[in-house]
Amino acid sequence: MLQVFDIIGPVMIGPSSSHTAGAVRIGMYARSILGKEPVKAHIRFSGSFAKTYKGHGTDKAVIAGILGMDTDDARIRISMDIAKEKGLDFTFEEADIDGAHPNTAEITLTDAEGNTALVQGASIGGGNIIINKINNTVVEINGKSDTLVIPHRDVPGMIAVVTNVLADKGVNIHGFSLCRDHKGGTAVMTIEIDGDINESVQDAILENEHIFSCTILKAI
Amino acid sequence: MFKYDSLADLVAAANQSNEPLSKIVLREQAEAAETTEDALYAAMAKSLTVMRESVQEGLDPDKRSASGLTGGDAFKMMRAVEENRNICGKIFGTAMTKALAVSQTNACMGKIVAAPTAGSCGILPSALLTIAESRNISDHDLIMALFTASAVGMVIANNASIAGAQGGCQAECGAASAMAAAALVEVCGGTPQMCEHACAIALKNILGLVCDPVAGLVEIPCIKRNAAGVANAFVAAELALAGIESAIPADEVIIAMKKIGDAMSSTLKETAEGGLAVTPTGKKLCEKVFGCCQ
Ligand code: SF4
Repeated sequence: MLQVFDIIGPVMIGPSSSHTAGAVRIGMYARSILGKEPVKAHIRFSGSFAKTYKGHGTDKAVIAGILGMDTDDARIRISMDIAKEKGLDFTFEEADIDGAHPNTAEITLTDAEGNTALVQGASIGGGNIIINKINNTVVEINGKSDTLVIPHRDVPGMIAVVTNVLADKGVNIHGFSLCRDHKGGTAVMTIEIDGDINESVQDAILENEHIFSCTILKAI
Repeated sequence: MFKYDSLADLVAAANQSNEPLSKIVLREQAEAAETTEDALYAAMAKSLTVMRESVQEGLDPDKRSASGLTGGDAFKMMRAVEENRNICGKIFGTAMTKALAVSQTNACMGKIVAAPTAGSCGILPSALLTIAESRNISDHDLIMALFTASAVGMVIANNASIAGAQGGCQAECGAASAMAAAALVEVCGGTPQMCEHACAIALKNILGLVCDPVAGLVEIPCIKRNAAGVANAFVAAELALAGIESAIPADEVIIAMKKIGDAMSSTLKETAEGGLAVTPTGKKLCEKVFGCCQ
């Protein structure tokens, strides 16, 4: 559902809402999914992003987001210098991602311990984004509300386990999706919720042995 | 709750409660976001402040964009108006000055409010800030009009697109122009119906406009299209306020815009592979910026 500030907004650093602000947001998402300070970033641009990223500063924007800057941060124009200072090793690649929206970026981040996170997102206009893929799982997250991303073993009863915790804590769900790689393999739940969510929910969910991790993605 | 999939429905709702579009939109949006009208209003007031600042920043005669391709045009237009050299009157001259200024601020990686996008960010602020000066319109009315403009933008986004990469420039400068036209009508005392007609007229005038930025940068032709976009918004608002109606309803114009955008070759949708971007001069400028043509 669109809101007024999706149309009049964001307040942002130019020059392009699709190529700058949207790209910052995809970078921010990748950062929060990794959950730690990244030391390495590999970015694949597809479609219009691949053709024009240099001219629009999309490269600077994605890096700024990965560093945790917001869309109205005046340092976006010097984000690459800041990344170098902080020791973030980044590379770009022009790619042709099958079936992807014209403004798509796929970001792979690595932290100091070698953990990686892969996030594919599209900038769909006016600075709005959709995250289509997290670590090889297809998702659809627009970043407008807090979202839980929960990879778990594909065994019966897992939805109930998680939703019971949420019900206990009085958290209202307004979006839910589930995807798995193969039967009995890894499945990922993405749950969009109303209002704020706190860490006690996370801890309660993580008590189940079949749950691999539970990430809270704050609305951006 | 409004679905924002029909301007006609919004106008009917406004008529039913005998209120301007801005009021019903503000009320509904506050409900939908589970917040107060005051909070939303305050956030919109901040956007108006950033809009004002972005006009000011863009009037600098010496500032050039990072690519070096553009800069200084808003100042030239401002001087022409100040010295009474411009040919279509103070309001048009001022509106064009402000539209150029905001667009230039954007090209220089300055702070702007996307409205609905950064490429088209000069149109709505220049329309409102210009009419405010000439008619002494209060900030309160301007802020409310931004809600009307948002509603128009939401319908366009839901039924067509507000991204140049999907719908061409009609989706960006066209949408901004339609939003500005509706906002102008409201601050000038027009009815919700007139807002709808102004929106339809503004969009019809810009249907089919392609997105063909030279070197892929939001500068050429974008900056001048903001000046044209605000002029178009004034044309549409003026016609609607005079009681002139659009023969094709706004909702149908928006669907037409969607179909035209779908039919457009991808070379004309922000890829810098068609239109002005591939003219001999366009290519030369691209080479100047990047050393080679992309
Ligand atoms: S030409 Fe393209 S990039 Fe420029 S304002 Fe229009 S839609 Fe935006």
